[in-house]
Amino acid sequence: MSKLSVLIVDDEHAIRRFLRTSLGAQGYDVHEVATGEDAIRQAVNLQPDLIILDLGLPDINGIEVTRRIREWTHTPIVILSVHDQDTDKIEALDAGADDYLTKPFSVGELMARLRVAMRHAHKGDEEPIFRTGNLSVDLAARIVTFEGEELQLTPTEYDLLRVLVQYAGRVLTHQQLLKEVRGVGYQTETHLLRVHMSNLRRKIEHDPTNPQYILTEPGVGYRLVVDAYADEHLSNA
Amino acid sequence: MNESSPSLTPGAPGKLRIFLGYAAGVGKTYAMLEAAHRRQAEGADVVLAYVDTHHLPETEALAAGFETMPHRLATQQDITTDEMDVQAVLARKPDIALVDELAHVNPPDSLHSRRYQDVEELLSAGIDVYTTVNVQHIESLNDIVTQITGITVEDTVPDRIFDEADQVELIDMLPEDLLQRLRNGGIHIPDQGARMMHKLFRPGNLTALREMAMRQTARRIDDQMRAYMQTKSIAGPWAASERLLVCISASPLSTRLIRAGCRLAKELDAPWHAVYVETPSQMSISQDDRARLNQTMSLAEGLGAKVMTITGQSIADALIQFARQNNITKIIIGQPLRSRWQELIYGSVVSRLIKQSGPIDIYVMNSGADTPSVNPVRGHAHLKPHFNKYLQTAIVIALITILGSLIHMLLTLNPADLVMFYLAAVVIVALRLGYGPAVMTAFASVIVLNFFFVPPQLTFHVDEAEYLLTFVGLIVTGVVIANLTSRARQQTEAAQRRERETAQLYSLSRELVASVDLNTIIQTILEHVQQTFQSDAAIFLPQDNILNRRAASPGYQPDPDEQRIATWAFEHSRPAGASTQTMRTANARYVPLKTAQKTIGILSLMVEEPVPLEKQRLIDAFATQAALAIDASRLSDEARQAQLLREKEKLQSALLNSISHDLRTPLVSITGSLSTLRDSNASYDATAVRELLDGAYMEAERLNRLVGNLLDMSRLDSGSLKLKREPYDMQEIIGVARSQLRNRLENRTIHINLPNDLPLIPVDLVLFAQVIVNLIDNALKYSEPDTALDIWAEQQGDAVEIGIADRGIGIPEDELPYIFEKFYRTRITNGHGGSGLGLSICQGIVEAHGGTIRAEPRDGGGTCFIIRLPVN
Repeated sequence: MSKLSVLIVDDEHAIRRFLRTSLGAQGYDVHEVATGEDAIRQAVNLQPDLIILDLGLPDINGIEVTRRIREWTHTPIVILSVHDQDTDKIEALDAGADDYLTKPFSVGELMARLRVAMRHAHKGDEEPIFRTGNLSVDLAARIVTFEGEELQLTPTEYDLLRVLVQYAGRVLTHQQLLKEVRGVGYQTETHLLRVHMSNLRRKIEHDPTNPQYILTEPGVGYRLVVDAYADEHLSNA
Repeated sequence: MNESSPSLTPGAPGKLRIFLGYAAGVGKTYAMLEAAHRRQAEGADVVLAYVDTHHLPETEALAAGFETMPHRLATQQDITTDEMDVQAVLARKPDIALVDELAHVNPPDSLHSRRYQDVEELLSAGIDVYTTVNVQHIESLNDIVTQITGITVEDTVPDRIFDEADQVELIDMLPEDLLQRLRNGGIHIPDQGARMMHKLFRPGNLTALREMAMRQTARRIDDQMRAYMQTKSIAGPWAASERLLVCISASPLSTRLIRAGCRLAKELDAPWHAVYVETPSQMSISQDDRARLNQTMSLAEGLGAKVMTITGQSIADALIQFARQNNITKIIIGQPLRSRWQELIYGSVVSRLIKQSGPIDIYVMNSGADTPSVNPVRGHAHLKPHFNKYLQTAIVIALITILGSLIHMLLTLNPADLVMFYLAAVVIVALRLGYGPAVMTAFASVIVLNFFFVPPQLTFHVDEAEYLLTFVGLIVTGVVIANLTSRARQQTEAAQRRERETAQLYSLSRELVASVDLNTIIQTILEHVQQTFQSDAAIFLPQDNILNRRAASPGYQPDPDEQRIATWAFEHSRPAGASTQTMRTANARYVPLKTAQKTIGILSLMVEEPVPLEKQRLIDAFATQAALAIDASRLSDEARQAQLLREKEKLQSALLNSISHDLRTPLVSITGSLSTLRDSNASYDATAVRELLDGAYMEAERLNRLVGNLLDMSRLDSGSLKLKREPYDMQEIIGVARSQLRNRLENRTIHINLPNDLPLIPVDLVLFAQVIVNLIDNALKYSEPDTALDIWAEQQGDAVEIGIADRGIGIPEDELPYIFEKFYRTRITNGHGGSGLGLSICQGIVEAHGGTIRAEPRDGGGTCFIIRLPVN
């Protein structure tokens, strides 16, 4: 398999250099641009396998860049944001970005995000049974077992878990979850979503105040932890 | 900022040059134009603001060489007049403006009622003005002109204008030549003034007016000479300081007294007072008289007198007392209006004055041919309001009579004894109803006594002569009692009124002193104005160089052009609007709020014209109090601002110190570790490299936390924080906080105790999780790694209390009140000095949620932080 190519979009020279070095060392073929316009152009020209996109660009805003790239390709996009860009971050995710990272971040986190994004982009024949830690979900038989015992989930709880499993490792915004579970038009019922999530957690977490499987991304949504990077997950604070 | 003048800070005022003539046609306008030509030739920018050439060819030829300003057309009752456009001249701002006819009276819709005020406006804007005026228009010469020529000149110009002019040029022409010119048609004669002109243009009149003009100019030169000598310290034979007092009354003669006083004062170069003595008998003067008195007082003030009202039992005593206190050297008084027999009874004011005056000279002016005024003491112009009083008097008499006849029937008294009852009635009536009804009671008593009680009863016939004596006695005693009692009553009333005014002023100043808050002060002023004057009022204060109506009482109806009037009054530090000379058509009177240094605002009151001078004084006194209070508040505000600024600066320097230290410390170890790895030639073993990198990484994280805290803090401080509150399960909140602290919480025991029925808590998850993170972080920092943390929550009524407790070193109790303050660091640092921001961020966020946070020492050691949040 040839090298994976990644397009880095950030106006900060220092960040581009750090990413170039780290990703290059990890075997990626790295291209960099500093503006949104260049990003859109190079996404067409280079057809990269992955795009790392900074939200705060000097010319067009990252949300717009995401939208314009998503018009024609499903290339995974991982957003880079800073602390106080919550709203932009969610908008970009809803516009089709695959995941996000809050600056500053570790290379380990970034690699984990990229791997998850890549896996979803190249979804082949999926295993019908998903496993993480002591939790296993049989999507074909609709059976959820936790520590070897079958769990009784309500239909909504199961639907939530199923969506999380389908996008395992990726962040899902409240909007995305609601749309997947309840269909278009229910996107404002975030409080119901939280209640169901709370109930689901009580069933699959030993200690819901110290969740191991379903993490809350405050202000954004939820993420199902996958074994591959569970250890590498670091604080975003 | 407004039309009348472009800035609040005027430059040097312009110079006024007056071309003084003694009659129309002497060539004032011509001379003025000539002078202007000379100045123009020197390069001055000259405009004709208002010059009427009266279509005289020579004058027109001279005027042709100048720029003529457009005139303003004023329409008033279908008559359109041509007026000077002051605003246009102000906007044009020439070096010199030529304005004819200084004494002109403007139509009512003008900015000022008089042209000389327009001229003052131009002068204060720094424009030099050339103007013309005839000598008969000078205020203090007004009545002499009338005496000599028989013409009453209405449109006079205050002497002050003349005195303060920089140059006065006398334009002279022989009367014979003038008359010749008149015959040749070289003089414009206005249609309305033709008769007056004819009267004026008699050789005798012209000569007299000419002399007056010359004298006036000579006096001016003399003044200049004296001023010159004084400034050069040349000792001169001028009189020792004289002080004049003019005694005025409601009599129309008083204006003559005032003018005479003014002339004398000028000749002596002496300060002068105009004093009105209020005696008990003058309390009841008629409305007309009061209005006339006000006019006289205004005139005196306009002519430069210090005007005062003093009170006293007798005019003479009060005057002498005042004169002694003020070192008066000359008193001018009018010839009394009392008739001979009145003087015999009451004594003459003049003779008593002369008797008591000692070294003070007394000048007595004769009453002249003026119509004597209605006796001011007992005017009978207003019967209607008195009718009621007389009816009441009749009732009293009737009651006394009924009572008297009852007693008479029971005791069969001598009718003479009943006199006592009637005297009692006189006293009662005098006390209650005043002098007139009391005198009526005395006379009516005699009639009733005679008719009902003196034999033969029910006739007016008197049998015994001794009763006649009783009657005379009753009348005389009655009148004397009535006089004394009603005087006492009026004096009491006057005293009460004065006391009321003093009390009102006092209570205003007392309340104003009690507060420093500007809004409270303004409200207090408005309330007091309302109570005292029954007027709705407003206060204008300048803000960013623009005068704004800051507050108004509820019923205040603003004038449509209030901004303009208020600004004018503010800039000129003079009252404007109703009952003043400027923009008098306004509903409200705009009084400047003056302190010793400057005008700080405007008090406007809705008043009914005319405002009596006493009321104006009281308004001024109020304005002074108000100005002082507002100024004081402003000063204390400024002091407070300065204090705040100092504190802010202190805080900022503390912030800088703290930040530079906190930012630098992690950077030191990061830079150190990285440079070691980069520069060193020696190869480190894997453990050493790992250690250096771990250290650098941890410090980088610390730096990140610090920057995050600073950002949070600045967002909290700037108030830009918007909460996105949604109900959250407490478990989820703690879960978020723990996953953020995952690395640091490894191997640490946390006991969490949440009841199952805990309600959802409406919070902004991102921010509130930050609070929990900061508190846990704090607990970790100040406790040993092998001790457990406790987190619990419980519902208490409408609120949820969340506790986070450690078994650490605890916070000294004396430090508890300060730990939430910015940059406060506890003395016991345990080697973990934080930025001093974490807890204050917690407090900021919790308070933004409407909650509270507190710290308590924990039983058994350690610290407990408790957050209380409302849940509904």
